[in-house]
Amino acid sequence: MSIRTRNWLLLAPAGTLFLALLIVPLTVVLVFSFGERAPAGGVVPAFTLEQYANLPARWTAFKNTLTLAPIGTLAALLIAYPLAYFLAVRADPRWKTILLILVIVPFWTSILIRSYAWIFLLGGRGLPALLEWIGIDGVRLINTPFAVLVGIVYGYLPLMVFPIYVSLERLDKRLLEASSDLGAPPWRTFLQVTLPLSVPGIATGCMLVFILLMGEFLIPAMLGGGKVFFVGNALVDLFLQSRNWAYGSAVAVALVVIMLITVTVYMRLLNRLGASRDDVAIM
Amino acid sequence: MTKVTDHISKQKFMEELNRFRKGSITRRHFLNVTGLGAATAVMGAAIPGLLTRPAFAAGDIGDRVILATWPNYHDPANFEAFTEATGAHVQMNVFGSNEEMLAKLQAGGTGWDVFVPTNYTITTYVGEDLIEPLDTSMLPNYDPAAYDPRFSDAGSVDGKLYAVPKDWGTTGYVVNNNHTGGKKLTSWKEFWDMTMDSFSGRTMVHDYQLTTIGNALKYFGYSFNSIDEKELADAEKLLIDAKPHLFAISSDYQPSIRNGDAWMSMAWTGDGKQLNADMPEIEYVLGVEGGEIWSDYYAVPKGAPHRDAAYALINFLLDPQVNAREVLAHGYPTADAHTNKLLPESLLNDPILYPAKELLTALEFGAAVTLTDPNRAELMARFKSA
Repeated sequence: MSIRTRNWLLLAPAGTLFLALLIVPLTVVLVFSFGERAPAGGVVPAFTLEQYANLPARWTAFKNTLTLAPIGTLAALLIAYPLAYFLAVRADPRWKTILLILVIVPFWTSILIRSYAWIFLLGGRGLPALLEWIGIDGVRLINTPFAVLVGIVYGYLPLMVFPIYVSLERLDKRLLEASSDLGAPPWRTFLQVTLPLSVPGIATGCMLVFILLMGEFLIPAMLGGGKVFFVGNALVDLFLQSRNWAYGSAVAVALVVIMLITVTVYMRLLNRLGASRDDVAIM
Repeated sequence: MTKVTDHISKQKFMEELNRFRKGSITRRHFLNVTGLGAATAVMGAAIPGLLTRPAFAAGDIGDRVILATWPNYHDPANFEAFTEATGAHVQMNVFGSNEEMLAKLQAGGTGWDVFVPTNYTITTYVGEDLIEPLDTSMLPNYDPAAYDPRFSDAGSVDGKLYAVPKDWGTTGYVVNNNHTGGKKLTSWKEFWDMTMDSFSGRTMVHDYQLTTIGNALKYFGYSFNSIDEKELADAEKLLIDAKPHLFAISSDYQPSIRNGDAWMSMAWTGDGKQLNADMPEIEYVLGVEGGEIWSDYYAVPKGAPHRDAAYALINFLLDPQVNAREVLAHGYPTADAHTNKLLPESLLNDPILYPAKELLTALEFGAAVTLTDPNRAELMARFKSA
């Protein structure tokens, strides 16, 4: 068997899955997006750009998603970094495994159930009642964009913690000592050595969280009380409520395109950042 | 075991109602939100197939029947009795909206044998050729004369019977009288005005265009079913003005009403009944302007894989004894006179289940076009994203 044949054979399972679960469905969505809604719902094949012309009608959904997704990603990063740093650098090795498992444990329960827990925590008899007890009245948490943000950060935190943890874990501790020996105070060592070296972890974590947030629909529906409308919610309504598959497909295609552009720009920026750092290293 | 009760005492009724309430965690909204509509409760399927099957009086109808229905809408004991009597296990798929059921049937390959559509969807199912005309010879328990035609009419399309009535109900609203300052609410006008005034941040509307837009139309005295552009524009303005004052847009209103976060919400009969039974300060109101009345049916999709079992299940559920237990479990009225004879007087006189005649006559049945009108769907999307 030639190497070529063997390579193809080894690629076959992944390739088949890729074709069946990604290429084919995406093609169907693309074809649907040029169709029209059948009178009783569904889709009739056609070639019209009408669905794309209607996209501005979902502008608010796109705007909400494109606002909350970066904010959510940033918030998750700010909370996850110190935690990952602690786990990778400071934590007692004996406890490390247990602490890591504790980060994963919530993943063993469905996000739906965990979001329900937040409904009670943020509802009138949860945190607001506690705040009232200590004298802060009239705080409304549930069904606000803030509640959605809390849910998002909570739900996706482990996805941010782990990549950063891995990059910090592999960090060569001798570099930190060298920095210290050369007279850098800890904050400077952190900013000039630790942080730049953990950029790959940050980049991966942000990308994972951001992509998932762009498609999110469950958390805004549950913690936003249906008042915070994401593209994901628009899609659920279009497919399962008004059954406008053609328009739903166009919205889905638009979302995919926006994600592709965002991710491409993001990768370019990262590469450039990486390249400039290499230059510095050579100097 | 099949327990046949001729008459159900008040105490038993309260027990049944309590049981229903305890099981009320799964809700329409929960399913809507997951988008899955597939909180599938499998009732001991598979295993009986491995065992030697005993002979059943009704003949062999197979080992299972798949039912697509709504949350908290049946008495599980009835299903156990059905299995006991026929050998077929009831496998239940629970749904969040009529649209979702329609979407699934349109996509095909559901595997359902029996499902529970609401009155205004049936002509659409017939038009799309998705359900089969019922063979009444296989439904000996179905007595058309026993039904109030108001609640059984929609089951027939062009003189052919496609669906038999399950139960009916109304769409009104619940209000917590502890917060109204002694004022008694009676109209949709008050519902919306209060929302934008003293109830700001305390009102919920359904995540369902049919009822939310319909009840906004009632503010102006328009038809619940209107698809008139100008009238819809008025309703849209009202909805957008009211939105900042809403606590939530969600069909899962019971928890928020119960814990006091929300003081008022659009509601269906059964939820109104349950809330009022636990918290007497919660009142179920039907707007004097009118609103929605609806009726749910049993139907058989085309190509049902266990057709015999489907008919056997519908026939079983139409048995007045069985149906009476169903009513006690789900808390919605039935239009079947035979079943009503078996129900306690207190239930038949309950003003939530059986509203006063003048309130009832003002109500409208939803129309097929109300559900499928693209302008109403877009209006709802604009309201939700505003």
